[in-house]
Amino acid sequence: MTRTTPAPATRPVAPSAPAAPVRRRPGRPGPGRALAYALLIVVALLYLYPFFIQIAASFKDDPQAAAAPLSWPDPVDLTAWRRILGIDGGDSSVPIGTWLTNSVFITTVVTAARVFLDSLAGYALSRMHFRGRGFLFATVLAVMSVPGVALLIPKFLIVTQLGIFDTYQAMILPLLVDAAGVFIMKQFFDTIPVSIEEAARIDGAGSFRIFWSVVLPMSKPALITLTILSFQGSWNEFSHFLVTTQSPEYRTLVTGLASLTSGELGSGTQFPLKMGAALLTTIPVAVLFFSFQRYFVRGASEGGVKG
Amino acid sequence: MARKRTGTGIYGKQGITGWLFTAPMIIVLGLFLFVPILMALYVSMTDWNGNGSPFTGGNAGFVGLENYTSLFTEEGLTRRTFMQSLGNTFYYVLLVVPLQTASALLLALVVNSNIRGKSFFRTAFYFPAVTSSIAISTVFLFLFSNTGAVNRFLGLVGIDGPQWFSDSRGTLHLLLGAVGVPDDPSWAQGEIFGRSLWEWLSGPSVALCVIVVLAVWTTTGTFMLLFLAALQDLPVEVDEAAALDGVSAWQKFRLITLPMLKPALFLVTTLGLIGTWQVFDQIYVMGKGAPAGTTMTPAFLSYATSFRSLDYGSGAAMAFIVFLIIIVLTFLQRRLLAEDREPRRRRRGVSTAPVAATTAAAGRGSDLVGAAPQTGGERR
Repeated sequence: MTRTTPAPATRPVAPSAPAAPVRRRPGRPGPGRALAYALLIVVALLYLYPFFIQIAASFKDDPQAAAAPLSWPDPVDLTAWRRILGIDGGDSSVPIGTWLTNSVFITTVVTAARVFLDSLAGYALSRMHFRGRGFLFATVLAVMSVPGVALLIPKFLIVTQLGIFDTYQAMILPLLVDAAGVFIMKQFFDTIPVSIEEAARIDGAGSFRIFWSVVLPMSKPALITLTILSFQGSWNEFSHFLVTTQSPEYRTLVTGLASLTSGELGSGTQFPLKMGAALLTTIPVAVLFFSFQRYFVRGASEGGVKG
Repeated sequence: MARKRTGTGIYGKQGITGWLFTAPMIIVLGLFLFVPILMALYVSMTDWNGNGSPFTGGNAGFVGLENYTSLFTEEGLTRRTFMQSLGNTFYYVLLVVPLQTASALLLALVVNSNIRGKSFFRTAFYFPAVTSSIAISTVFLFLFSNTGAVNRFLGLVGIDGPQWFSDSRGTLHLLLGAVGVPDDPSWAQGEIFGRSLWEWLSGPSVALCVIVVLAVWTTTGTFMLLFLAALQDLPVEVDEAAALDGVSAWQKFRLITLPMLKPALFLVTTLGLIGTWQVFDQIYVMGKGAPAGTTMTPAFLSYATSFRSLDYGSGAAMAFIVFLIIIVLTFLQRRLLAEDREPRRRRRGVSTAPVAATTAAAGRGSDLVGAAPQTGGERR
């Protein structure tokens, strides 16, 4: 998995600082470095081996997964993956196809909405002069420190009161805007010089026009960051869906996996199936994480020069 | 155009536009955050059992603060379980926060030294933090299963591993037993909030220790990134001066690096404190509080009390107590951090924003904090 790690994610060096310092004192390669490497390699094993075990287990049958958890599968058994991918007519007790469809649908809608609405609000909070702006921003900051676990009962109450409990609306609507995203965008817009927008304004462009065709194209780094955050957040979301739905047809990969793992679906340990489903849940975020890291950092350094 | 400038300047129409731009945010946050919190606050003062609407038709009787006070004063199962969940969290915090802080700092120092493959290690350590907590918990269930990888490894060195997830024995009890303290001794019979002193002294159960390992494993990478950002912010001159003065590596660490990392250390510990009070997903997957309630956390108990036992009033009261604890921790952190940052130089000042973003993100669950440090830490 980590082999796909892109180019080194070097931090942008502050313009005032000279070349990056070499911390090691010259002429002392010694045992310290060997120790450092040994430590890093051991810890890296602790971090990577579980994923190896997970992948390997998904290619085993149940007895083999229990008998030989540490090794590569021998023989390779595709039963778990056939069930996950719905080959052999699928499996009604573990409808991973439905879960995947729900996850993709919800993540797409939530990510698109968040990127647009968070930017919109962030832009207004950064640029526009209107009464109540300071109060709104203070509220956004306050909202960010509200812990998610305290919102389970509130969310359940509001969706039942609105009559949308156990619907896609209940799953999606509360996630459309998130305060942290608004904050990130506001901070970013604060770093862009106003002069360009003022030129456009004098040319007679309206506020939305300026936002859409002048500001957003300059905001790629922040927009990518926000896209990644929103995708990751909504793809991995669990507790919100837990309290706003109850029918199996609304399960996402994450809530479906949770019900599978906590033993609500079928008996037996079924570890190969669980490992495969967990892997499927991890892959999209992993791909995003590894492939965007480079762009992410490059964008970040561009933003850094401006800041 | 010219006329507009005479009024409130070129910003003339911005009053309405500003509200229009922020309207979606106001509606979503208002409708799905503020209003429901007020609703829950009301429900926490009722005996609503989930039938009908708690706000109409006498479905819920108003009981005032009883749901709150009874958690501390009324003998019974609810108080016992709530107190047990607080005890569990106490031990959980006591283990997780120092372990994650120390290991993150150590890894950051090593990764920041002059070594090859920096980005590889950084990515490897950070990756678990961006993945789904449910998926990671599933993997840990397998790793720590009776015939799982961990027990295999222990078997290799001749240790017969425990049945991790069904072992409710407290580790402190085991430790006390090993030094000859008898089980449930007479000096530890006094009751505090419905649990005997001996029960309070159980230490984390074997099962809870697995969740401690899971927490440290997943959060270390994130905090390592925070430390790395702070380390790279340290002024080069000090480093060079130290090299010229010929101080040893340990002296440099203790007298220079550590004091200068104080804000980062502080940030990491408080983020850790906040995060440890929010454990929910892991508990849901890894046994829902079992064995014998030793992995129960207040956050999960609030959910279970409401949605399983249908005692929404009591569940909501617990949620608000957790809320209060986290808010206090957050504000404490922000205030102390602000004080600490005040006299710092320009470079520090700039980084307040990402720090705040990270803090906030952490408040909203471990998933988001995953990517946040990158956002803030790297953009500058």
